[in-house]
Amino acid sequence: MSGFAPGTFTPAPGRGRLGRMLWAQTRTEAVLTLRNGEQVLLTVLIPVALLVALSLMSVVPMPEPRVGSAVARILALAVISSAFTGQAIALGFDRRYGVLKRLAATALPRWLLVAGRVAAGFAVVAVQVVILCVTALLLGWQPPTAAGALWAVVLLVLGTLSFGALGVLLGGALRAEIVLALANIAWFLLLLVGGVALGVDGLPSWLVTVVELLPSAALAEGLQSALVDGSAPGVRPVLVLIAWGVAAGTLASRTTKLG
Amino acid sequence: MEVSGLVKKYGSVVAVDGLDLVVERGSVLALLGPNGAGKTTTVEVCEGFRRADGGSVRVLGSDPRSPDLRARVGVMPQGGGGYPGVRADEMLRLVAACAARPLDPAWLLDVLGLSGVGRTPYKRLSGGQQQRLSLACALVGRPELVFLDEPTAGMDPQARRLVWELVGALRSDGVSVLLTTHLMDEAEALADAVVIMDGGRVVAAGTPAELTSPHADDQQLRFRARPGLDLSLLTGALPEGLRVREASRGTYLVQGRIDPQVVSTVTSWCAQQGVLAEELTVARRSLEDVFLDLTGRELRS
Ligand SMILES: Nc1ncnc2c1ncn2[C@@H]1O[C@H](COP(=O)(O)OP(=O)(O)OP(=O)(O)O)[C@@H](O)[C@H]1O
Ligand SMILES: [Mg+2]
Repeated sequence: MSGFAPGTFTPAPGRGRLGRMLWAQTRTEAVLTLRNGEQVLLTVLIPVALLVALSLMSVVPMPEPRVGSAVARILALAVISSAFTGQAIALGFDRRYGVLKRLAATALPRWLLVAGRVAAGFAVVAVQVVILCVTALLLGWQPPTAAGALWAVVLLVLGTLSFGALGVLLGGALRAEIVLALANIAWFLLLLVGGVALGVDGLPSWLVTVVELLPSAALAEGLQSALVDGSAPGVRPVLVLIAWGVAAGTLASRTTKLG
Repeated sequence: MEVSGLVKKYGSVVAVDGLDLVVERGSVLALLGPNGAGKTTTVEVCEGFRRADGGSVRVLGSDPRSPDLRARVGVMPQGGGGYPGVRADEMLRLVAACAARPLDPAWLLDVLGLSGVGRTPYKRLSGGQQQRLSLACALVGRPELVFLDEPTAGMDPQARRLVWELVGALRSDGVSVLLTTHLMDEAEALADAVVIMDGGRVVAAGTPAELTSPHADDQQLRFRARPGLDLSLLTGALPEGLRVREASRGTYLVQGRIDPQVVSTVTSWCAQQGVLAEELTVARRSLEDVFLDLTGRELRS
């Protein structure tokens, strides 16, 4: 060991370029999600399997056109899987492993830390949407009108932000194991009784009122209007999504802990 | 960097209780103390992760919570610091991307002996490898000041020597270093200044030399022999003012002014007892002894 040349560590501090920092963080987080087997199972494989099942089997009642309705619901599920459940679990373990502290100790501004996570969330949703839409086309899906597709994109963005905020709220405050359990339970509940797999039609009317106020039902219902009817979503689903997102985001900004 | 009268409480626990310390530019300060002394708490306040409950802290002339400071300071936390699934080289590159003029990540991985595990996910790195990666992340941005919280914890002797060498190189290149440790030899070997803390307070501060040899008559002679020897005859034969005790089983300590006459008295007493004095050494007090004297406890309990 011959030591280090003098001047090797001479201080030359400075903050990296913002664009480069944002890109580096977004890329890292998106790649980590898509490389993680459990995350891929949750965000891609299960939604694809359910899309195929709902389209081909008539166990679950589903309005016609069957594939179109299935696409709307499964896209809603995909957003819940990645932006909420996947995000919460990843954040819980990232905190456990001290990553947030590590990054907070670099020149990365806090807002950029959040922006990078949001951008990575969008990247993952984009991958999910492409895979699910291709699968649906193979199953005989009739693509929506241009207006319908545009509304669907708006709803997916809104849904990702809203569920992302809920995911951060859950993953940013509790211990990793508890986050893991709660995020999975919530996923199941939203899928089964949150207006995703089953429409609200068969439910008693008081329960319909409750379920319709859930972000999951709002997203599924909005996507149904956009993708199947090719029309703008109702005001209620949009307001419900915004309300949950704002409430969760405000709360999360107070409760999220770095470590 | 300057800390004065720092107080930090966790509920009713006072973790740091009126601490003062100064790190001169381009120097190495070791914060030494047993588990729970308040070292990490102090460092985290200086890093801006925790808010002080009292006292004042200035880091490079700024408030430690100032965002402008982040780029100028390198941080190695006590444990952790990577996404569970991130590869070692990805993590270092991500941290490097946050700096304007980073060191070459590939070179740094190589220097720290991590080239072979560059593609290993963080959670599968060994504890010592995670520590080395964490050190790399602290240094990659070419900071002016680095905080190293127990940088050699969990490292093998070779890696420890490497860290010592790195700290030496940082110092000669003008980087200021605040490090914490439980290891006396580490503090003695690396630091320009040592602050010994216990229970959130400073119990001693100074250069290693000042701390370890305050007086000529405060030396010690240490030897090993059969445990449980009767020391009364030896005490009687030695000059007034010398203290003799069995410090731990089979290790005997004579403290005071040690001159050739004292050494001779000890060896002839051993001959009378029919025992061989092994590992007989005359030495300055170590920081270990300083700590024991000041607190009445061993540093590593
Ligand atoms: N987050 C916390 N909440 C409550 N008490 C804490 C917290 N962190 C530390 N403490 C307490 O504060 C005291 C100082 O802890 P600190 O971690 O600063 O010690 P340390 O000197 O770094 O110890 P070690 O050598 O074990 O790393 C301890 O009594 C500890 O129990
Ligand atoms: Mg500590």
